[in-house]
Amino acid sequence: MERMPKWADVFLVPFINLVLAFLVSGLVVLAIGENPLDAIYYMVKGAVGTTSGLGYTLYYATNYIFTGLAVAVAFQARLFNIGGEGQAAIAGIGVALVMLAFDWPAWWLALPFAIAGAAAFGAAWAFIPAWLQAKRGSHIVITTIMFNFIGAALMGYLLNGVLKNPNTQNAETVAFPKAAALPTAYDILAPLGIPFSKSAPLNISFILALICAWLVWLLIWRTRLGYQIRAFGQSESAARYAGISAVRVTIIAMLISGGLAGLLAINVVMGEQERLIKEFVEGAGFVGIAVALMGRSHPFGIVLAALLFGMLTQGGFELLWEMPGISKEMVLVIQALIILFTGALDNMVRVPVERMFLWLGKGRA
Amino acid sequence: MEGFLQLILTLDMSIRLSVVLLLACLAGLFSERAGIVDIGLEGKMLIAAFFAAAVSFETGSAWMGVLAAMAASLAFSMIHAIASITYRGNQLISGVAVNFLASGLTVVIGNAWYRKGGQTPTLAGDARFREITLPFADALRDVPVLGPIYSDLISGQNALVYIAFAIVPLSWWILYRTRFGLRLRAVGENPASVDTAGISVVRMRYSALVITGILCGLAGAYLSTAQAAGFGREMTAGRGYIALAALIFAKWRPWYALGATLLFGLLEAISNLYPNIDVFGIFTIPVQFTQALPYILTVVILAGFIGKAIPPKAGGEPYVKEE
Amino acid sequence: MGSETEQGRQETAAPAIELRGISKAFGPVQANKDISISVAKGTIHGIIGENGAGKSTLMSILYGFYRADSGEIYINGKKTEIHDSQDAIAAGIGMVFQHFKLVENFTVLENVILGAEDGPMLRPSLAKARRTLRELATEYELNVDPDAVIEDLSVGHQQRVEILKALYRQADILILDEPTGVLTPAEADHLFRILRNLKAQGKTILLITHKLREIMEITDTVSVMRQGEMKGTVRTSETSPEDLAERMVGRKVLLRVDKKPATPGETVLEVENLRVVDNAGVERLRGISLQVRAGEILGIAGVAGNGQSELLEVLGGFREASGTVRLKGQELALSGRHADGQSRRARGIAHVPEDRQSEGLIMEFAAWENIVFGYHHDPQYQKNRLLMDNAGIRKIAAGKMERFDVRPRDVNLRAKSFSGGNQQKLVLAREMERNPDLLLVGQPTRGVDIGAIEFIHQNIIKLRDQGKAILLVSVELDEIMSLSDRIAVMFDGRIMGERRPEETDERELGLLMAGVTNTGEAA
Repeated sequence: MERMPKWADVFLVPFINLVLAFLVSGLVVLAIGENPLDAIYYMVKGAVGTTSGLGYTLYYATNYIFTGLAVAVAFQARLFNIGGEGQAAIAGIGVALVMLAFDWPAWWLALPFAIAGAAAFGAAWAFIPAWLQAKRGSHIVITTIMFNFIGAALMGYLLNGVLKNPNTQNAETVAFPKAAALPTAYDILAPLGIPFSKSAPLNISFILALICAWLVWLLIWRTRLGYQIRAFGQSESAARYAGISAVRVTIIAMLISGGLAGLLAINVVMGEQERLIKEFVEGAGFVGIAVALMGRSHPFGIVLAALLFGMLTQGGFELLWEMPGISKEMVLVIQALIILFTGALDNMVRVPVERMFLWLGKGRA
Repeated sequence: MEGFLQLILTLDMSIRLSVVLLLACLAGLFSERAGIVDIGLEGKMLIAAFFAAAVSFETGSAWMGVLAAMAASLAFSMIHAIASITYRGNQLISGVAVNFLASGLTVVIGNAWYRKGGQTPTLAGDARFREITLPFADALRDVPVLGPIYSDLISGQNALVYIAFAIVPLSWWILYRTRFGLRLRAVGENPASVDTAGISVVRMRYSALVITGILCGLAGAYLSTAQAAGFGREMTAGRGYIALAALIFAKWRPWYALGATLLFGLLEAISNLYPNIDVFGIFTIPVQFTQALPYILTVVILAGFIGKAIPPKAGGEPYVKEE
Repeated sequence: MGSETEQGRQETAAPAIELRGISKAFGPVQANKDISISVAKGTIHGIIGENGAGKSTLMSILYGFYRADSGEIYINGKKTEIHDSQDAIAAGIGMVFQHFKLVENFTVLENVILGAEDGPMLRPSLAKARRTLRELATEYELNVDPDAVIEDLSVGHQQRVEILKALYRQADILILDEPTGVLTPAEADHLFRILRNLKAQGKTILLITHKLREIMEITDTVSVMRQGEMKGTVRTSETSPEDLAERMVGRKVLLRVDKKPATPGETVLEVENLRVVDNAGVERLRGISLQVRAGEILGIAGVAGNGQSELLEVLGGFREASGTVRLKGQELALSGRHADGQSRRARGIAHVPEDRQSEGLIMEFAAWENIVFGYHHDPQYQKNRLLMDNAGIRKIAAGKMERFDVRPRDVNLRAKSFSGGNQQKLVLAREMERNPDLLLVGQPTRGVDIGAIEFIHQNIIKLRDQGKAILLVSVELDEIMSLSDRIAVMFDGRIMGERRPEETDERELGLLMAGVTNTGEAA
């Protein structure tokens, strides 16, 4: 009765989608008169060829794991959270407030509070759209988009006002306490005798991201709450029959989603910039959508997809140096095509593949 | 008199700023009225703005730029159509992809062509839309009140402004006075009614997205060849989303769309001209608040606290024939 | 060849509709099997049959909504290819669907002209339609305000708009699919007057229904369908409701279940004056009162859509209602926070819902996940305070699947990959082994193969013999007859009467189901 084997559903179809996305990207590169194979070579080399490149790749991947998980948790409840961008930005305020509240003597003391601040602020920014969806039926996609812009305005207001560092022209806070700087990959690996680039921003947040991925996996596939989220996402009518509250699931799923998006601020604000600057999210919230689609909303898939997108981002910067004809925005094109093929044009590949398996099955029978 | 001229200046700026929103909003109106949710307005405008600027620069004709903009935007609209109509994909995801694709492609192509970090060269002369002075504009300027309104507000806009404002009644007429409009509205409300009447749902929806593509093309062309003098990366700066907000605010109706986009244009003009408004010395309205107001208003409307915005019923759902 | 014979018989005009050997399959389900039917011009022809008999499919083929796998269609004696609805309209066929195909925020006029406009401009079309509607209104008693918006109209008026749409397209053949299902009796009477007027004007009408009363009242000829097959056509004047009921239900091999006489105990469920008003403001339950005792099965018979679903939903905790429901003497909440499935399960009510695919199971979930659906909070399924005991659940699921003979016996297979019968066994395995005080069962054997039916019936009886109270809702009279200890018949949100299976027969129940109460020694 299964239309096609599970491996085809989980690996083959996404793989074909990915190949198509890269093929079309290659055509774009050809069209602007450059060699796509060279581009791939330089991107891969730039992304993993040096410890500095690797450090940046994993640093970006950390962001994408957080935002990808955020989108995925909401997806499991069939909610499309496009607000990761805004939720992460507001979470930056949470981190900054925690970090500036005390002269923290050590990072490990500050980290739990910073995490709580980031998650709470991110969740709070997701709460209003969630509440409006659950209680008033306002479409969560539109409200989360609106909240991205409202969040940006709020950030602008605060960073040009009460939170502004008076000693600079920029919209940013004063620097966080030095002692609370998160250990970087260099700090951690050097004592073990492993040489790693000192300049790469990769920090302990990467571990946090992997832990989050594991926790999300536990949540979704091992807890009652996750069970209810998935049940609600699959069938609202069945959830109603089982006595699963739509309001409760919608709000909780969005709070978790917003909280996860918020953790991006730990990596960027606390781990790298060590102060809050206005546009620190830089589109990572949107990349999360691509990552979640690519990873089929499964934490394991999301980590893999985040690594891929981390490579793309870092490789894109590297391209700029090696092939000035291709700008780093080529990465955006690739991301867009991946979203298009894995997300919106899925049936284009899925239906023929299903038919192929049906035909193969018949041949055997 | 000083205050009056200030007002005219503010309104003039509002009009100039609202044109992009208006065209994009009407673009969204056609697609959403046909039951296709389109959050890719932003991307279509962006790719259109780029090609308008590039082709205007190469040909020296702003009108050639408009044609190119329409073609580019139409191509993107067809991507959305194929994904969401033919392959019944998720319309939101397709819209997100279109936005990303435009963000990336404009810079990649722009940089490959001009090596200016994604910008196009500055446009001058006929490569830009210039202001048109209506008859008697100069002669009537001194007439009190009505004179400045005619000479500085109504006259002295560029061709695309007049076209955009003409499209409002045209859209209304198409939607409510023609067979095409009736079928278009029906397909967004209850596609089964159209299907059982023997009309192709797919063809109606494709037609709607063609119109959306053309209108987004105009919007993008206005942005880079009329409002500005060339393309700059991410120059749409979220206007596609404001247009979407305006569409909800306008309850998916053309005349209301005009009102909503003028209001949002006014808010943008105010935030540009008077960054921080002092209210009787008691408190200051920060510029960010004025900037965020369109979004806040939209959320309030969506929540149903003020009036109720009821979107076309079949919006966002692919049509599958069934009993 | 066909036309020659027709010319040969000058005296009889060609039938308005003739279907020859129509077959249609949806996947493995044969919805229509070699169906032939002929309808004379200017008559009202009824097509009667139970749910799923294939009536709607046949009509959808005639209207071009589906394409037949094989067979031919003749309209007025001429072979006609109907590829889509446009072809059907061109051939003079109009259809009033069970679920109206109207644009709710359009006016009547706009709906009428949609797809039948006279040119690219609306104004002339609207003016013409206004005139035509006025004529049609006087001619056929089809009065509707042309400028009214559909969503403001009553269901009866909306249906008139559908008829007007067809007439405006100059349909000579009108198909109505279960037209009275949503109408009040007065509206239905009005509809029948309209249909008689249409017939008098020479229109041909095909009426699809499962209500015997309607067939007897209005049709000239009637065809009976059963399980996708045509079981004969008769003149209405030469038949009786009893005869039709028998043909409709069929003398299938009765699956008599071996059961001992019930030994009812204390009253478990008491329902008093239960009322439900749906979102559209229609009263779905109009004061239901009933009792179920321990160790007995109360069967609720009735044609689908007469309030049985609502009754189950209220008792199962996912529809709000007014009235009183007591379980073992304790009142149940009918609205608010405690009127949900979780609370009902906690009180000892298990529920096998009518629609296993959209309610009883999550089709994308594996069998083992479905085996705890609704009971996922139960302590026995938890590993610790945070995590569910997935390994334990898999083991329990394997046991249940073994005992309920679910095939294939793979706990990791997704629900959608099981056959209908095995899906139902999954639900039964979950609900029955809870040892509930009350079991609600809706359509236990709908879409279930013969082998599984017997198994399911035996298990329901077994539960009864363990002293449980069982409320069974089914549209299958056979099933009701063979399982129930008492039978209540529902019609239009009310209970029409109660019978004991040994004291009644299918004919009597069929008449009660059609809303006819004066059946001899009536209640």
